[in-house]
Amino acid sequence: MNTLVPILTMGALGFFFAFGLVFAHRRLAVHLDPRIEKVAGALPQSNCGACGYAGCQAMAEAMVSGKAAPNSCPAGGADTAAKVADVLGVRPAEVIKKLARLHCRGTKEAAVRRSQYLGLQTCYAAHLMGGDKLCTYGCLGLGDCVRACPFEAMFMDDDGLPVVIEEKCTACGKCVEACPRNLLELHPTSQNIIVFCRSKDRGPVARKACKNACIACGICSRAVPEAIIIENNLAMITDYKKIPPEKLLEIEKCPTGAIGRLKKENEG
Amino acid sequence: MELFVIFASSILINNFVLYYFLGICPFLGVSKKIDAAFSMGVAVTFVMALTAVVSWAINHWILIPYKLEYLQIVAFILVIASLVQLVEMFIRKTSPPLYQAMGIYLPLITVNCCIMGLALLASLKEYNFPETVVFGVGAGIGFTIAIVLMAAIREELEMADVPETLKGAGIALIVTGIIALAFLGFSGMIK
Repeated sequence: MNTLVPILTMGALGFFFAFGLVFAHRRLAVHLDPRIEKVAGALPQSNCGACGYAGCQAMAEAMVSGKAAPNSCPAGGADTAAKVADVLGVRPAEVIKKLARLHCRGTKEAAVRRSQYLGLQTCYAAHLMGGDKLCTYGCLGLGDCVRACPFEAMFMDDDGLPVVIEEKCTACGKCVEACPRNLLELHPTSQNIIVFCRSKDRGPVARKACKNACIACGICSRAVPEAIIIENNLAMITDYKKIPPEKLLEIEKCPTGAIGRLKKENEG
Repeated sequence: MELFVIFASSILINNFVLYYFLGICPFLGVSKKIDAAFSMGVAVTFVMALTAVVSWAINHWILIPYKLEYLQIVAFILVIASLVQLVEMFIRKTSPPLYQAMGIYLPLITVNCCIMGLALLASLKEYNFPETVVFGVGAGIGFTIAIVLMAAIREELEMADVPETLKGAGIALIVTGIIALAFLGFSGMIK
């Protein structure tokens, strides 16, 4: 009898709460759209936030409710867009595959150092101090972008510059945000010509600071005036699609190599 | 008067976090931003008030008459786990924005030991029904005050020059200790 009472009481309590919960679950059931789960399953689930939503779950909800297009996941690319579109029963839109590219070639040997930087080992802090390079526009080489990358698609080269591993880069844009000098930018993979410099110094100053700097000589812009302009002592590609392939060699006459085609390996 | 003393003492003097050192896990885990800390505090207060009511009922109408006080811990775990589930379902149904705002903190309350501490302390102190309710609400408000205070300090701490070895949980625990010492000053208020 003495053992029976606690067993029965606790059993009754357990049943009471269990049935209470079952009842509550029936009454308070929230009918979620089953497609949300399927769409979430198709997303990369890295929760990188590149889409602008709080995470892959929130992105999935927005996609199902029609607030976001099936191709709004920048990290997933065309595959994910196709899968999501399949679940939602719509036709996938074209996704332009992009990659992060570095606009600096200030390697250890090319760029002149003006000082030794011993402060906090982050680009952000070094940028506040002006950095250790004579060029105040170039890569600080402390790897904020590498640490920001959620896909381990970047590493610091021996040259002191970050390298983007093209196969792993999903163009989420975290590195673009992380760089205090705005040296990284997302470009379509089809764009194979890039200005590897962001220095706005006048030609002689820029060249003194870095062997690979753009000195605004204008050779590239004279070759294709409709697609390349010189502004603030810096060459800028306004529309890469207007650059005819036969002009590429002419552009690559650049005396410092600050503009040119991407090499397959190494150049990010 | 008696009720007011219990209310004030559970908020300031016998603060669950700073006096009993209960619920340190959410106190440290969710005190990085003031907004989140406040949401957590509100959720805990809500669950504490409910737990106080239900655990009192079970204690007085079931456990004490059958002389089963030794089963208090098991019974209260049952109560807390079910209540948190129920609250979660209820909020999800009635107010999706609130559900979104509370997020993971709601289910986390299940394993928050200050809720358990509340149920056990209330029965230890042999409070009657109104006293238990006031004690529960007061303890919840006390938790909210403590966690929001902590979050406000930790937001500033982010910028402070903290020695490498003390970064993170270390400095947070030291700060908790100092706040607890400061709260000791309230203990002279009620004899």
